Amino acid sequence: MEDPVIQYSTRFDVREIRSMFPLLDQEVNGYPLTYFDNAATTQKPVSVIESLHNYYTGYNSNIHRGIHALAEKATEAYELTRLTIQEFINATEKEEIIFTRGTTEGINLIASTYGRKFLKQHDEVIITGMEHHSNIVPWQMICEETGAVLKIVPVSVTGELEMDEFEKMISNNTKIVSVVFASNTLGTINPVKEIIKIAHDAGAVVVLDAAQAVPHLDVDVRDLNCDFLAFSGHKMYGPTGVGVLYGKRKHLEAMPPYQGGGEMISEVTFEKTTYNDIPYKFEAGTPNIADVVALNEAVNFISNLGKRTIRTHEATLLAMATEGLKEIDTIKIYADHHHKVSVISFNIENMHPFDAGMLLDAKGIAVRTGHHCTQPLMARYGIEGTIRASFAVYNTLEEVDRLIKAVNRIAKR
Amino acid sequence: MAINEIQEDIINEFEVLQDDRESTIFYIMELGQKLPSMDEKNKIDLNLIKGCQSKVWLSTIIEDNKVFFQADSNTEITKGLISLLIRVFSGQDADDIMNSDLYFIEKIGMHQMIGSQRSNGFASMIKQMKLFALTYRELNKHKKLNTQS
Repeated sequence: MEDPVIQYSTRFDVREIRSMFPLLDQEVNGYPLTYFDNAATTQKPVSVIESLHNYYTGYNSNIHRGIHALAEKATEAYELTRLTIQEFINATEKEEIIFTRGTTEGINLIASTYGRKFLKQHDEVIITGMEHHSNIVPWQMICEETGAVLKIVPVSVTGELEMDEFEKMISNNTKIVSVVFASNTLGTINPVKEIIKIAHDAGAVVVLDAAQAVPHLDVDVRDLNCDFLAFSGHKMYGPTGVGVLYGKRKHLEAMPPYQGGGEMISEVTFEKTTYNDIPYKFEAGTPNIADVVALNEAVNFISNLGKRTIRTHEATLLAMATEGLKEIDTIKIYADHHHKVSVISFNIENMHPFDAGMLLDAKGIAVRTGHHCTQPLMARYGIEGTIRASFAVYNTLEEVDRLIKAVNRIAKR
Repeated sequence: MAINEIQEDIINEFEVLQDDRESTIFYIMELGQKLPSMDEKNKIDLNLIKGCQSKVWLSTIIEDNKVFFQADSNTEITKGLISLLIRVFSGQDADDIMNSDLYFIEKIGMHQMIGSQRSNGFASMIKQMKLFALTYRELNKHKKLNTQS
């Protein structure tokens, strides 16, 4: 295997990367912008922005069933993204790729279709204590409707899943296991392959919330053998309002449609409607064509750089931030372990995260503060929120240094 | 001191900070620290102000026909912001509170500094304080009518 450090130092120039992101070159409150809110949304490279521009200035048209040239071009571009995504996550066929509005819609789609059809009273759905609300609430809703029971895998004090508890919890009653691949709040990468194996042995299907995993980690749905996987475009350098749901063909075919309307039908009469084949069965109405088209460029951006390069650089940023913040006495870091994506969540003693966030913003540093849509996880730690800095491939060591200095100043106030 | 005199004082104090964002935030946090703490028994859900991102408790006492406010928050910046409102409103007549125009907020550039979400929360605090004053005035009218009859 190649040494990742060597590969990183020979191929990677962060200034070159930054030059592809026009937004980064600006001042905020009189300081150079330090954008560390990447787990919420990343900035977009010129290629993505130009792709949107080209679509609207060159070939905007409604896709499928159009017989004119623009419709054909738009359809081709839209379907090209499906192929790119198929390859990107190594799905068996392009029909297993459904375009959604984002991870939230992907999970809601599974809960409302697969969940509604297959869950019965006393069945069990297992999620974990570190889920985003979007992987909690849809399951609560469908459990309430079907009489199924929601079970929660506890999180250890170090911010990892208590796998022993998971193994005790899973049984023949478990029908669905829905787990976050990498935690948006802690950064923890969960042992999803092991979880999938255990769940499959018990006869359950597994849904992965991969919103924070896809931008950083190699995600191979065939190797993972997951049943469903959902992620968002805007967290991986793509546009907002577009996401992907992967599902194994056998599941997608067994599932009823999510929404009714155009595109998802085969034939409609007032007596009966027959549905279109997958993936169109799940893409009712005119889809978000422009953003799907531009998502292709986001994937290309990641693929051209390579996940290993991205990950190596981000790991360096994370390590520097962790070490630097640890040196400040009044800082508490949550999930201080090594199996993480580039997210660091911390608090300053006797200071509310909101206050710290505003003081960092005064120095041009953008972080996220609060519960990060993981209130049960906050309750687990007995806190109201954290300060979260999350790094992307365009961030620099100098920026991390700025963060450490600014936090130091606030903490010593 | 009349409401507008206090507003002028606040405007002058903020002018010294010369729009430096960090100094302004630190100053507001200091004001928050100086605000007398609220009785724990008053930090109940009933006294929580809706529409604030952080938790804000507000309670009222009437003494010698004047309205006095007590408040607290779980974040220092919010506590500092509400301390400004308390400084302006506490100890004033209910009518004066209701008829007041809080022009100092714009003059010190509050909206640009705290952003739209906190500005909404700030507006909720003012609304709640004015509502307390209105309630007190109406109750008082009612009481006077009852004593007269």
